Amino acid sequence: MQCPKCHAAMHTYNRNGVQIEQCSGCRGIFLDYGELEALTRLESQWVQQAPPPPAPGGYPAAPAPAAPAWGAPHHGGHHKHHRNRGFGRMLFSS
Amino acid sequence: MCPGGGGPAGADTLGAVTAALVRSLSRLARTAAHPAAPACPACGSADETLADRPDGTVVRHGDAVAKAHAPGTEAGPHAVRLAVAGHPALAGVLLAPLPERATGPAGRPLSAWPYGRPVDPADPEAAPWEQAAVLLARMHRVDPGVLPGPLPPMRGPLKLAAALARMEREAGGHPAAAEVRRAWRGLPGTVRGAGGRAPVPAALCHGDLHLGQLVRHPAPDGPWVLIDVDDLGLGDPAWDLARPAAWFAAGLLAPDVWLRFLGAYTDAGGPAVPDPADPWRTLDAPARALTVQTAALALARAAAAGREPDEVERAVLDACTRIGTLAPELERGAPS
Repeated sequence: MQCPKCHAAMHTYNRNGVQIEQCSGCRGIFLDYGELEALTRLESQWVQQAPPPPAPGGYPAAPAPAAPAWGAPHHGGHHKHHRNRGFGRMLFSS
Repeated sequence: MCPGGGGPAGADTLGAVTAALVRSLSRLARTAAHPAAPACPACGSADETLADRPDGTVVRHGDAVAKAHAPGTEAGPHAVRLAVAGHPALAGVLLAPLPERATGPAGRPLSAWPYGRPVDPADPEAAPWEQAAVLLARMHRVDPGVLPGPLPPMRGPLKLAAALARMEREAGGHPAAAEVRRAWRGLPGTVRGAGGRAPVPAALCHGDLHLGQLVRHPAPDGPWVLIDVDDLGLGDPAWDLARPAAWFAAGLLAPDVWLRFLGAYTDAGGPAVPDPADPWRTLDAPARALTVQTAALALARAAAAGREPDEVERAVLDACTRIGTLAPELERGAPS
């Protein structure tokens, strides 16, 4: 199967019983009919096991900007701003 | 690099080479600052070394600075990059060079530039994020066809490969190096330089954006412009946004600063983010690449200083670990 976006080959993987096609070039993912629903079911099972959200109070959370799946946790929540010397150096270096 | 400073073996030789280089740069900066005079008049300006790194030494004299470009700089592409910086299409975007040129020790090309006031490292809150974004958008929108050529490729992917190689040499045995390697292997071929089509048409890119690449010219209060053309060339413009994107994704850059930067870029019509509602469609792969590059250099720098990575460097290494465990996890089972 070829990726509709970049035309590289797509490979099939089985994750928790869900067939997923992933492109070897752009890493886009193709889902067959019903697979998104299967993933949603898995996600809701996982969410049910997760601890409850923190109690309301304090500041209302500002809308968090979109972040990648591999982004640091707590975006949009309690930010750990590294406004220290280490980050200052990193801002100015290649 | 302080001669006689008790450094590693060969430090004296390195010091002598640097001293010769700085003398060459001083001569060029003086000539550029006073083009009409055969020698520097008593102008009262002292020479000041602004930067001294293996890939670039910069000396200031009055209103002019002279830069020694990296050893091994290719003459042809270097000349094109300087010509692009001086082209009217980039006026107000890239600082234009002064006409003076020279060749330094070991054949390193030397160039002369007007002095501009840099971003204050002590005040990152005042950093010109929006201005940087608008300058990038303007650069990316320039039609490459009107520029001097042949335009070399933007050196982003080369810098990624060089960072990995440096990590292997200097910190390959560190436990975190395995995480960086794994994240690198999971990067798409388009960013590893292994071919494939970029998601948007190639544009003129800066190739090495960070806050040290902006100055106000004329100093001290002129408009902000971009400097340093050493990595400039044709490529995927998303690379120029990828370093701030990587900082944001690592939790280092505050979300509001990231939004200001990204918003200014899309408002200025920058082509690297065709859909402002879905910026990570084009930014994800280059941001992962810059995360890997930053982590690899962090490990090498920490090893060179004989210390463990600090808190900021660990945040980038952690992002690498997440990159390595997220997307490539799909590949662990053999594809059917």
